[in-house]
Amino acid sequence: MQVGSGTLSLGHDLVAALFGRAATQAGGGFWMPVQGSTGAAAVDRIFDLILWIAVFFFVLIVGLMVLFVVRYRRREGREDAEKSASHNTALEITWTVIPILIVIAIFAWGFKAYLDMNVAPANSYEVLVTGQKWKWLFTYANGHVDENLHVPVDVPVRLVMTSEDVIHGFYIPAFRLKRDVVPGRYVRIWFRAVKTGEYQIYCTQYCGTGHSDMWAKVVVHEPGGFERWLQEASDFLKNMPPAEAGERLYRTRGCAQCHTVNGAVGTGPTLSKLFGHQVALEGGKTVVADENYVRESILEPQAKMVLGFQPVMPTFKGHLTDQEITAIIEYLKTLE
Amino acid sequence: MTNSKGESVAEAHGGHLAHHFDTAEQQFESGKLGMWIFLATEILLFGGLFCAYAVYRSSHPEIFLYAHRYLDKTLGAINTAVLICSSFTMAWAVRCAQLGRRKALVRLLAATIALAGCFLGIKYVEYEHKWKEGLLWGKRFHAKLEQPAAPVVASPVPTPSVNPEERSLIAPAAEGPKGLAKPGQRPLWETGTGGPPKNLQTFFAVYFTMTGLHGIHVIAGMVLLTLMLLRARRGEFGPAYFTPVDLAGLYWHLVDLVWIYLFPLLYLIR
Amino acid sequence: MATNDPVFGAGGLGAGQNALGGDNYLSHGHGLKSWLLTLDHKRIGVMYLVSILASFFLGGIFALLIRTKLLTPGSSALMDANTYNQMFTLHGAVMIFLFIIPGIPAALGNFVLPLMLGAKDVAFPRLNLASYYMWVAGALLALLSIATGAVDTGWTFYTPYSTTTNASVITMVAGVFVLGFSSIFTGLNFVVSIHKLRPEGMSWFRMPLFLWGLYGTAIIQIMATPVLGITLLLLIAERALGVGIFDPSLGGDPILFQHFFWFYSHPAVYIMILPAMGVISELVSVFSRKHIFGYTFIALSSIAIAVISFLVWGHHMFVAGQSNLASMIFSALTFMVAIPSAVKVFNWVATMYKGSIWLATPMLYVLSFLFLFGIGGLTGLFLGALAVDVHLHDTYFVVAHFHYVMFGGTVIAFLGGLHYWWPKMFGRMYSELWGRVGALLVFVGFNTTFFTQFVMGSHGAPRRSYHYLPEFQTYHQLSTIGSYLLGMGFLVIAVNLVHALFRGRPAPANPWGGATLEWRTSSPPPHDNFAATPVAGDPYDVEAWAFDRQLGGFVPRAGGSGS
Repeated sequence: MQVGSGTLSLGHDLVAALFGRAATQAGGGFWMPVQGSTGAAAVDRIFDLILWIAVFFFVLIVGLMVLFVVRYRRREGREDAEKSASHNTALEITWTVIPILIVIAIFAWGFKAYLDMNVAPANSYEVLVTGQKWKWLFTYANGHVDENLHVPVDVPVRLVMTSEDVIHGFYIPAFRLKRDVVPGRYVRIWFRAVKTGEYQIYCTQYCGTGHSDMWAKVVVHEPGGFERWLQEASDFLKNMPPAEAGERLYRTRGCAQCHTVNGAVGTGPTLSKLFGHQVALEGGKTVVADENYVRESILEPQAKMVLGFQPVMPTFKGHLTDQEITAIIEYLKTLE
Repeated sequence: MTNSKGESVAEAHGGHLAHHFDTAEQQFESGKLGMWIFLATEILLFGGLFCAYAVYRSSHPEIFLYAHRYLDKTLGAINTAVLICSSFTMAWAVRCAQLGRRKALVRLLAATIALAGCFLGIKYVEYEHKWKEGLLWGKRFHAKLEQPAAPVVASPVPTPSVNPEERSLIAPAAEGPKGLAKPGQRPLWETGTGGPPKNLQTFFAVYFTMTGLHGIHVIAGMVLLTLMLLRARRGEFGPAYFTPVDLAGLYWHLVDLVWIYLFPLLYLIR
Repeated sequence: MATNDPVFGAGGLGAGQNALGGDNYLSHGHGLKSWLLTLDHKRIGVMYLVSILASFFLGGIFALLIRTKLLTPGSSALMDANTYNQMFTLHGAVMIFLFIIPGIPAALGNFVLPLMLGAKDVAFPRLNLASYYMWVAGALLALLSIATGAVDTGWTFYTPYSTTTNASVITMVAGVFVLGFSSIFTGLNFVVSIHKLRPEGMSWFRMPLFLWGLYGTAIIQIMATPVLGITLLLLIAERALGVGIFDPSLGGDPILFQHFFWFYSHPAVYIMILPAMGVISELVSVFSRKHIFGYTFIALSSIAIAVISFLVWGHHMFVAGQSNLASMIFSALTFMVAIPSAVKVFNWVATMYKGSIWLATPMLYVLSFLFLFGIGGLTGLFLGALAVDVHLHDTYFVVAHFHYVMFGGTVIAFLGGLHYWWPKMFGRMYSELWGRVGALLVFVGFNTTFFTQFVMGSHGAPRRSYHYLPEFQTYHQLSTIGSYLLGMGFLVIAVNLVHALFRGRPAPANPWGGATLEWRTSSPPPHDNFAATPVAGDPYDVEAWAFDRQLGGFVPRAGGSGS
């Protein structure tokens, strides 16, 4: 059936979009991305239910409206309305009670799934999540800090999250999971990934210039893969030459957000041609950018303010070990 | 609309009836209703601050218990009495306006304003003391306390162990944010060991915003009452028309009422 | 059909119907001072109308710029990230605080409310003028803040970002504070007017539903706005004095700001929609030539919505860090507040049943409203359900939802009301053809702009994003095309209405056959509103009016009570 098949499949797609399942583990649907976790399926079921109810009532209301416009439109011989009642208590009560029952059902189901996603199983693997302008950082049980969230598949993972500065929003669409991270407190969410692969992480609470750049990935490893990755990644300071490790740290620990290495001026001064050169400070002094200067600038950024920049750099005291700072210094020495 | 004498109703009432009202009574009742609604908005304005008070006091009672002792209960009590007196003189003034007793009205309005000034004077003394002692809000808090206070805590920084041999369970997170008592631990103010609680400035932030906003309302009230006084001196008020005095009185009673709540909540904490 | 109706004069038809060229509120007193110092609610309403339409235009320009940038996912030469962030903040702040909150009450309500009450003015005319000048002062402060360092915090000003960012936050927030007074004064005026100035024969349940809508709105304006006031004062104190109430390093709580903020801002959205629903109640009855269906329930639902709206603010904070118990309570109450709105929609459709549906321009807006507000309200169900909201919060789904209810609801109803009362306000009829073209363009443009955003959002696209992932580009491009269509629609509407001011056919007293009291005076009305105070009857007795072809408007039906 050549002629009609185009419209048939469009119609089929439309029906599938409106009435079909929102998404599956295999892939995303019209409305939803792929279901990457056990929680995602639960959320999608409720979404589907609400969708059907909403479409039903929408079709009912707009359908009746269009029907009445056509059937009762004003024309020659029909300048006035027909006689009909201006209220009907039984009808009004019915159409109040039925929606109440429907919304109670939706509420109850939504609440139950919400509780499930808030209460982590006892044996969850814990990862610490830190939000800062404008980067997510993930600290693993052995202390390794990474810019992406690596987890094993089929294991409940508990995220303990906080912010360094302002409120950020941690969001993994594939897991249907979101929580605001607030400075001064820790919040907890959990998930259990069901499919290996990479999934997107966003920041959803506006936090400044780089808000829409706060992207990260969830990397779900097959069994055994996570432990191997963690081992390799944690040892990068041991395995890599210091300058390379420093470059890695520059990229993943929040330096790149504000300091370029190509000479362009960002929120902070460029790091290219920095080490070993003179730096002009606020107040007219100059200083040579040696090891001590770099170390001090990382641990006490406002101690020597570079001329022409705002005092917005956060301190990395407690975030970078001495070894890591040394690696960064080695990296800076290579930037010319 | 005209009455039997052929005068318009507006003229009969000394020209105070606005053209869109039918009767003076309707106009007066409208004014009263309007004023009560305005007072409702004021209650909600202060309500936010009372809410902040409730939130911080319930989450950190030790701060409030400790810090409120820096407030002078005697001065606070005197101020309460001063305001209650001013409400009395105000109510009496309204009565005088209704009875057409011009001289008494003027004197009582003056007395109310004077008492309000007295209130502000005592408040100034209190504020000056706090300023000198550094007992201020937020960033400006720099008081020397009886015993060394714990330093103001920055946002908790997790310090994960970097020694791969150590099995760290990312300790700071597991314990929860600093400042919370652990289960079974006695509250700070009962231990008697540590000095003042951390973050005392929270109390003073609440204290200054609440009394500050109240003080602004007292000043506004004084301006309003001065205007009433000037109009009263010109003989504008009498039995046929005393609405502005009545409404100003309502405002003043609210200002007094807010203080009557502020005083025990800030000064008399137990 | 001749009439001895005292309002229209014993001389019969024509006399007193149209007052252009004669004595009306527009010609009563000349010169700038007579406008700037007026106490006439009608003139104040017109000044408000011009002002808020100017604000809508400004906010719309910001929107078109945003949408143009979003044609491409990466950085754009059109604007950098900082500018983009300022632009979406200003779009929100201008549209919400300068346009939609004053919106229908200030621009239409001020004009119509006393007329509907058969009164000469609102209860406090000087307070009314003061409220307009407060609006102007607030608008000037907002403009000043744009000039001195435009805010980029989002219209929600969340702490700690808003307390630490380098922008003219205090100026903008002070402007909003002053605008809050404008809102409170208007609400206060309306409540007292409705309580005290109702005429003989107009009991509460004989009042037009537009007034019930304005009354519910006024209650919210009075009770909620002061809480915004204190919130903004605390924000200013935090920035200027370092009070520390929202700063975690000083013992404060940033989430407390959110609670305070949403305690006002949620009821605020009902300030936006209740008057709109009131307008729809009027229009659907008049243009179906039929008594409104279910009057009592519609009236009571306005109050129910006003009350319940204060109890649901936490549904903006399901993922912000409030307890599960609080989230549960807020979710349950959120579903409850949906019920009165749904019932109103059923009542309006039932009004159309067996009516005589007249597809004049205002009625096209009613049909648009039912369609668009229907979608907007139903998508609220997704957001009220806790588990689903976790996924959809702060995505484009929410953006689409609130544009469907605020724009597809309030703005559409506002346009309908504007086209309904335009002849009364200015004594001129506009071109029906271009009116319908404008309505259609807006309807099509709106859906194209915003429907795709639902799908983007459910796929995870976060809002307030300068950069976005390329997978969303097609949705964004469709959306931008829609926004240009919308802009064109508004251009058509504006030209049509302004042209009518100068060249429109003189309007009769009652071009649409409404039974409320404003139609019983000339178009435009005289300075004092009525030659003789009309007697109040059933405000939906539209069947008592019949169309007079010669006049081009409605007159009381001969033999009927005519009131």
